[in-house]
Amino acid sequence: MDLNFTAEQRQFREEVRGFLRDKLPADLSRKVLGGKRMEKDDFVRWQKILHQQGWGAISWPAEFGGPGWNAIQQHIFEEECADAGAPMQLPFGLKMVAPVIMAYGSPAQQQRFLPRIVDGSDWWCQGYSEPGSGSDLASLKTRAVREGDHYVINGQKTWNTLGQHADWIFCLVRTSTEGRQQAGISFLLIDMKSPGVSVRPIIMMDGEHEINEVWFEDVKVPVENLIGEENKGWTYAKFLLGHERTGIAGVGRSKRELKKLKQIASVETANGRPLIEDQRFRDRIAQVELELMALEITHLRVVSAESAGEGKKGAPGPEASILKIKGSEIQQMLTELKMQALGPYALPYIEDGLNADWSGEPMLQAYGDHAAPLSGQYFNVRKTTIYGGSNEIQKNIISQMILGL
Amino acid sequence: MDFNYTEEQLALQDTLRRFIARDYAFEQRRALAKSADGFSRPAWKTYAELGILALPFPEEFGGLNGNGVDSLLVMEMLGRGLALEPYLSTVILCGGLIRDAASTAQKEAILPALGAGELMLALAHFEPGGRHELDRVSTRATVSGKGLKLDGAKAVVLGAPAADKLIVSARDEKGISLYLVDAKAPGLALRPYPTQDGARAANMTFTGVEVDAAALIGSAGDALPIVERALDHANAALCAEAVGIMSALNEITLEYLKTRKQFGVPIGNFQALQHRMADMVIATEQARSMATLAAVRVDSADATERRRAVAAAKAYVTQSARLVGQQAVQLHGGMGVVDELNVSHYFKRLTMIGLSFGDADYHLGRFSDTLLAD
Repeated sequence: MDLNFTAEQRQFREEVRGFLRDKLPADLSRKVLGGKRMEKDDFVRWQKILHQQGWGAISWPAEFGGPGWNAIQQHIFEEECADAGAPMQLPFGLKMVAPVIMAYGSPAQQQRFLPRIVDGSDWWCQGYSEPGSGSDLASLKTRAVREGDHYVINGQKTWNTLGQHADWIFCLVRTSTEGRQQAGISFLLIDMKSPGVSVRPIIMMDGEHEINEVWFEDVKVPVENLIGEENKGWTYAKFLLGHERTGIAGVGRSKRELKKLKQIASVETANGRPLIEDQRFRDRIAQVELELMALEITHLRVVSAESAGEGKKGAPGPEASILKIKGSEIQQMLTELKMQALGPYALPYIEDGLNADWSGEPMLQAYGDHAAPLSGQYFNVRKTTIYGGSNEIQKNIISQMILGL
Repeated sequence: MDFNYTEEQLALQDTLRRFIARDYAFEQRRALAKSADGFSRPAWKTYAELGILALPFPEEFGGLNGNGVDSLLVMEMLGRGLALEPYLSTVILCGGLIRDAASTAQKEAILPALGAGELMLALAHFEPGGRHELDRVSTRATVSGKGLKLDGAKAVVLGAPAADKLIVSARDEKGISLYLVDAKAPGLALRPYPTQDGARAANMTFTGVEVDAAALIGSAGDALPIVERALDHANAALCAEAVGIMSALNEITLEYLKTRKQFGVPIGNFQALQHRMADMVIATEQARSMATLAAVRVDSADATERRRAVAAAKAYVTQSARLVGQQAVQLHGGMGVVDELNVSHYFKRLTMIGLSFGDADYHLGRFSDTLLAD
């Protein structure tokens, strides 16, 4: 039992830090640390820089162009990137569709799609949920009908994240209505430029356009874009959800945001003293920190078991559900406390406040820059306990897969 | 980064697991709790034979050089068995205090005897009205002839009725000091009682209890950092014990959900109960992580790092234990609240752990105050 990183791991951390110091553009880290609005180009630029270093897809096996790091190294990398304010690497291509393509795609699909994910050429989005199919995902209705060497797709996907920028969407579609509903689902890769695809924004409660509906009207998709076998898509989808959940723990990002919370609480005042000296508020910060300390170790326990080769490699087990539940709750507690730390100054809604070049205006100077994003973040991350399999679905998974209930 | 036990540790864990299963079944334990001693002297002898009484002490004093992680696994197993022996007060708390603060002569006199199972100790520090506060000591030490005499009162001294010697804190003009006192010393009056969880404790008064100068442990006036460190070891151990109990409660409760039928089906079919069970599992995994953190950091030479980790763990584990214990009772329905089933006994022990040596609020505050130094 040893909670310290080895000399080799500490050296690796230094290497990552050195890279971030040299290569992470200051304008990007300013945006991330300041909670500013991120543009497509911000994500793409960072992905290209990482790719140049050979670190574009850290979780991929070496045979597909990953750096061959074990799970501890990946953890260290993600923690350092978060701390430095690197843009998050969006999971849709790298951590969601790519593992599916690796595990179940043909060699031709692997060669066609994977290099363009890691080098930042293709932006991927997810087509899972539908208006009538949220937690009950297997009830999905978007139809794919085989006509010669094409499928013809009709239907509607929703809760699609950042699809407005996307080149490709991976979709669960219904190819059969026979038997159990899970047995009629296929996994298709669809070019977003195909005629008949339309993207409509859904404005979320923070006022931002992050989410979309995607409509398919007689969209022709070549059969070579089918992953694996027809009607086996549910197996691939479950495999993918397991991958999505580990990323959701977000320990590195939460550690960064905890630091930020403490910073805000030392600047804001209550009764003429720094807010952090107020015991009631300080205890609430301490309580979140306890949760995060515990999660970090639980995460490392899972990650260590994974790098020691216990469990199926690259396929996180149901304990990922624990990480998802705790990780998402902590993210929500942190955004709530950051907002709470502002008190009444969290009320103003300043749309421009999320722009990188906005630095307050005379009437709001005292609070503008650090205050503007905080309420929005609170409203935004209410999503974390809902997406990726809601936390209630995660508890079902724990009950069934871990406990056998 | 390594979360595995060594081969030796796994072997010890296995031995303890078998001992608990064979010699510490619930009915035996229930009878012991009602016996005069309140624990098993033969079990204590077995602990000596297994080496766990000497585990955390240096080899030169007959010990096995164990660390916080060794204590973690012992306490987890003793927790699973709801062992009643005063292991925590004698070995971890007082033994640890002697190891970390006593003179070589004192260590030679105490640690080998303790490791052999021939000596039991208790820490008489907290006082009536003092709650968890370390520095609320009114017991007085005054010069008397060549030695000192002690006057005052101590409250809820765990393991006191069986103790051969007591480590007593008392105040003089130099501050608070610690003295090793014979439990049979004239002027020392004991009011023993069972605790809610079946263990034994006592309140005591000191009326002109005479001690000689050699009884002083550590430097005069220097008791607080010594007691704080010893209590950190005790709290890290309590976290481990609680995790053992929570794991056992989860197994028992899960089994009940799978076998107890209502409305024609096992009650584990009901989602309202499944989600509670999932919450218990999550809380236990998180508590295990914190108990591990405490076990590793309690040996740290850096007092701030040690204090921070143990305070965090005790606060968090206590909160988790409350959830797991209460839900285990709830999920057992009426069977959860009867004396004849082990669930209520686990629950009571978990609850008392939360109240011993600082509760969740106390330790949250202790941790929270470290944020001011950040």
